[in-house]
Amino acid sequence: MTPMAEDLLSVLEPKSAKGKSAKIALPKGLDRAKVQRMYRLMVQTRQLDDRAMKLQRQGRIGFYVPSIGQEACAVGSAFALSDKDWCYPSYREPGAALAVGVSIQAMIHQLYGNAEDVTKGRQMPVHYAFRKQRYVSVSSPIGTQIVQAVGTAMAQRIRKEKAISITYFGDGATSSNDFHTGLNFAAVYKAPTIFLCSNNQWAISCPLGQQTASDTIAVKAKAYGMPGVRVDGNDVLAVWQATSEARARALAGEGPTLIEALTFRIGPHSSSDDPSRYRPNEQLETWQKKDPIERLKKFMKSAGMWTEAFEKEVVESAIDEVNAAVKHAETVPLPASSTLFTDVYATMPPHLVEQQERLLALEKAQGGAEIDKNAAFPL
Amino acid sequence: MTTMTLLQAVNSGLKDIMQDDDRVVVFGEDVGINGGVFRATEGLTKQYGEERCFDTPLAESGIIGVAIGMALYGMRPVPEIQFADFIFPAFDQIVSEAAKMRYRSGGEFTCPMVIRTPYGGGIRGGHYHSQSPEAYFCHTPGLKVVVPSTPYDAKGLLISSIRDEDPVLFLEPKRIYRSTKQDVPEGVYEVPLGKARIARAGKDVTIVTFGAMVSICEKAAEDAAAKGMDVEIVDLRTLLPLDEEAILTSVAKTGRLVVVQEAPRFCSFGGEISAIVAEKAIEYLQAPILRVAGFDTPFPYSLEHVYMPDAKRVLAAVERAVNF
Amino acid sequence: MATVKSKAKPKPKAKAAAVRRPKSPSAKVAAATKSKSAPAVASKRAMSKPSKNVLVPRGAPRTDDAPWSVLRADGTALPGRDPKLAPELMLRMYRAMTLIRALDGRMLILQRQGRIGFWGPTRGQEGATIASCAAFEDRDWILPALREGGCALYRGFSLTELVAQTIGNALDRVKGRQMPCHYSFKEGNYVAMSSVIGTQIPHAVGVALGAKTRGDDVVAAGYMGDGATSSSDFHVAMNFGAVSKAPVVFICQNNQWAISVPIEKQTVSSTIAVKAVAYGMEGVRVDGNDVLAVYSATKRAVDKARAGGGPTFLELLTFRVLGHSSSDDPTRYRDESCVKEWEAKDPIVRFRRYLESRKLWNQALEDELDGQHQAAISQAIKAAEAAPAVPTATIVDDVYATVPAHLKEQLRRTLDDLGG
Repeated sequence: MTPMAEDLLSVLEPKSAKGKSAKIALPKGLDRAKVQRMYRLMVQTRQLDDRAMKLQRQGRIGFYVPSIGQEACAVGSAFALSDKDWCYPSYREPGAALAVGVSIQAMIHQLYGNAEDVTKGRQMPVHYAFRKQRYVSVSSPIGTQIVQAVGTAMAQRIRKEKAISITYFGDGATSSNDFHTGLNFAAVYKAPTIFLCSNNQWAISCPLGQQTASDTIAVKAKAYGMPGVRVDGNDVLAVWQATSEARARALAGEGPTLIEALTFRIGPHSSSDDPSRYRPNEQLETWQKKDPIERLKKFMKSAGMWTEAFEKEVVESAIDEVNAAVKHAETVPLPASSTLFTDVYATMPPHLVEQQERLLALEKAQGGAEIDKNAAFPL
Repeated sequence: MTTMTLLQAVNSGLKDIMQDDDRVVVFGEDVGINGGVFRATEGLTKQYGEERCFDTPLAESGIIGVAIGMALYGMRPVPEIQFADFIFPAFDQIVSEAAKMRYRSGGEFTCPMVIRTPYGGGIRGGHYHSQSPEAYFCHTPGLKVVVPSTPYDAKGLLISSIRDEDPVLFLEPKRIYRSTKQDVPEGVYEVPLGKARIARAGKDVTIVTFGAMVSICEKAAEDAAAKGMDVEIVDLRTLLPLDEEAILTSVAKTGRLVVVQEAPRFCSFGGEISAIVAEKAIEYLQAPILRVAGFDTPFPYSLEHVYMPDAKRVLAAVERAVNF
Repeated sequence: MATVKSKAKPKPKAKAAAVRRPKSPSAKVAAATKSKSAPAVASKRAMSKPSKNVLVPRGAPRTDDAPWSVLRADGTALPGRDPKLAPELMLRMYRAMTLIRALDGRMLILQRQGRIGFWGPTRGQEGATIASCAAFEDRDWILPALREGGCALYRGFSLTELVAQTIGNALDRVKGRQMPCHYSFKEGNYVAMSSVIGTQIPHAVGVALGAKTRGDDVVAAGYMGDGATSSSDFHVAMNFGAVSKAPVVFICQNNQWAISVPIEKQTVSSTIAVKAVAYGMEGVRVDGNDVLAVYSATKRAVDKARAGGGPTFLELLTFRVLGHSSSDDPTRYRDESCVKEWEAKDPIVRFRRYLESRKLWNQALEDELDGQHQAAISQAIKAAEAAPAVPTATIVDDVYATVPAHLKEQLRRTLDDLGG
């Protein structure tokens, strides 16, 4: 039974038929080890975010996008994927990268854009791309990944693979061209796609009410003839359950699902943003009380899945791993100037060969270009 | 007169023209309470209310499409595209609609509007916050394209653009938004469209450039002067319609031309300058026309400083031209 | 006509906007449309008692939603639904519908004879086109798609100018710049059409917001076909319109075919109207071949927009009886038996039966009207074909407000090269 778009699916705060709170039931398919694993992934995400924001403030990396408060959306959904599924993230899903098996070290290299960054320092921090984990290159333009995920899903269907594609985006992206075309194509072609909207209620300074006049994001699914599910995005178990069900429908040939994970952007849009300019503090305080890590911890305690020793080990190992990765990343130099010209095409065309030769000759004669220390990113 | 940065001059221009002309409406992403991510629209909502400066949903094609409708109706919309790199969802509305409306309606319907957008590199913004897309738009008849390089020009050109009867793409060089200050008059004043500025007079070699590259070329010109080469810099200010006369006059005087731009070289605006000079002033040329440009690669993040033309690369081209 | 008011000093634009009213062939009828008596009854009913086909944002869509209709196939009205429109208004609509049908026939012949290059027929959609347009006031703006040329005629665009536009000669007010059927009619607030699908929809929102900002009592109509609902401009326009509560009515003529793509390959939503739910907007599904239903539903939406109630999305369910255009052969991709089914639902026949039942029409009047249409079209073709070609020099006009130096030079050089 597909939940109605108006309902809010929750596992950690179950309601009985009469609206009273009921006993928490672990969704079918989850067990103690899996819940503990999701907890660890969320803690790792939080530690990575904390440290990266500090690195940015210290001027050691140029930019960062935190996902604090939204860890459950990324971790709960990506944890429901198989190792054949494809992931089209936005810039606020580091937890999804960790959940599909990307190492913290690989992510931190990308933040530094150094010679060991698999993307060779080509993009701003958090614009990850991990081919091995089928975690497709993040783009800054909003929403472009949505329709690309549908293309992959259509290919998966044509090739009869037991795999789906998931794409992540925020509430702001539902206004974009690519949201509209992406959902319509997926529905028409019954492409095995999951559209996961992390509705954090703010697109930089634009609140949800100015983004759309619809009652919910999930209800937008009706415009495309697909199921729309609204889930408590700070409830990692509910996000896992909704994603698993959507995945099962997709694999059964029943087409795409739009999942609205209702959450809140606790931090700024990015390291360049100051939300106190536009956002009421009361809203922040309300949502700080719904911290997804604390909520899962509370459940785990009551279910006997959490001990002080477990907590200590999870947090300390996450911090240690982040520290070690930062330490190593800072020893790695920037990519060589010659890499500017690679990967523009499969083979370097003559005009780029010429430009590369000229640049290297100029560097040899006059020394390399200097880094502009005053360059600061505003968004 | 007040000393202002280029960014403050843009803000001042918007404030003053909104006072002067109640048809002017400003909108875009985060331009309201947040004052724009660069703060170019700071205080406009407060001063003129939410009807005249407001936030939109996150959809560039919607921003421009709605602006066209407003302009058709007789308003003077000044929509902001947060970064020029994000303009492409609105490409259809700009190229197929705004630029063609006057022509396709036989002059019955027009959409005078100014699309403001920060462009160019130098702020550690990677692919999507650094590009210089002017060539796509200069290839579109019906559009005008304006690029200021100083605070004074930014305000005067913006006001002229808003008062112009045609749609204008107003590219703001974000790298120099805050880097230099200049005396800027209070109140509205115009810097005419289609008129270049001689940023530096010289006799040995002409540099034609615009936007943030003007200050880079000025630095290179100082270095060249130290080596005994006298550089003239033509700051175009308006790319379309182009001040051909200023370019040809300068080239006739110096006999050498270096074109400097941030955008990739291939099929770029610099190519058009080179073609015009080759067609109309080849008899004056004593050296090949040289171009200093971004590389024909996507805009990089870590190696941004290598990608962007700097004074060293400009100087190298000046020397090649002079020593030919 | 929207007169843009300027509180500051008068602007050239404001002067330009203050144009004369179109000389409507039936000015009295235009006045009749302002009468609120009959249609208001229908609006009140529709508002107070929403039927299941009126989708309110919170309601769940239903695939079995029958479109709102008033007329049965035999031309009689369903009980309690007849808006009892003024006879003058109904006759004006009927004349316009039959005129554009006659025009389709003649212009397709001209195209086959090579006298014009292209024609986009309206056949089968005359009711949806004219009855929706008739529900607006003359001062309201129309942002048309391909099949709303009839709206321009309804508002007083001359047949001669229309034919001249399809020829693209000196009588064509767009100076031969566009393909046939891409009219522009400024006095009628009918904006020059674009071939690009959906681009006009956000323009309608912009016009509406401009009017709202100015405090003008003007509503905008954004027309589109079913194919356009897949376009990104549909999405952004619906969203911007809803968020800003713009006085706009979005009108989708769902003729079920986007060239060769049937509606079920265009979208799998239960209806087109349900798409409004995604924007928190009211969506209404209407029998587009039912003149009285289209008029009632549109009038209600226009009144709501005018009263500050924000936008409405109308799906007018109709059918494209002919090809997409004179260049298209629908037998390549569709079973033409469906055409017969829809010809049985012909909007003109159905409306004529109603008018006859009201004793407002008869065969003698019909014969007379047909003769008038044919004569008017013949005269328009004759007048339009007599006009000379567009002067060469106009090729560089209207690119900008004034011709810039480089265009002047290009023209001069080209003319020189051609020997003056």
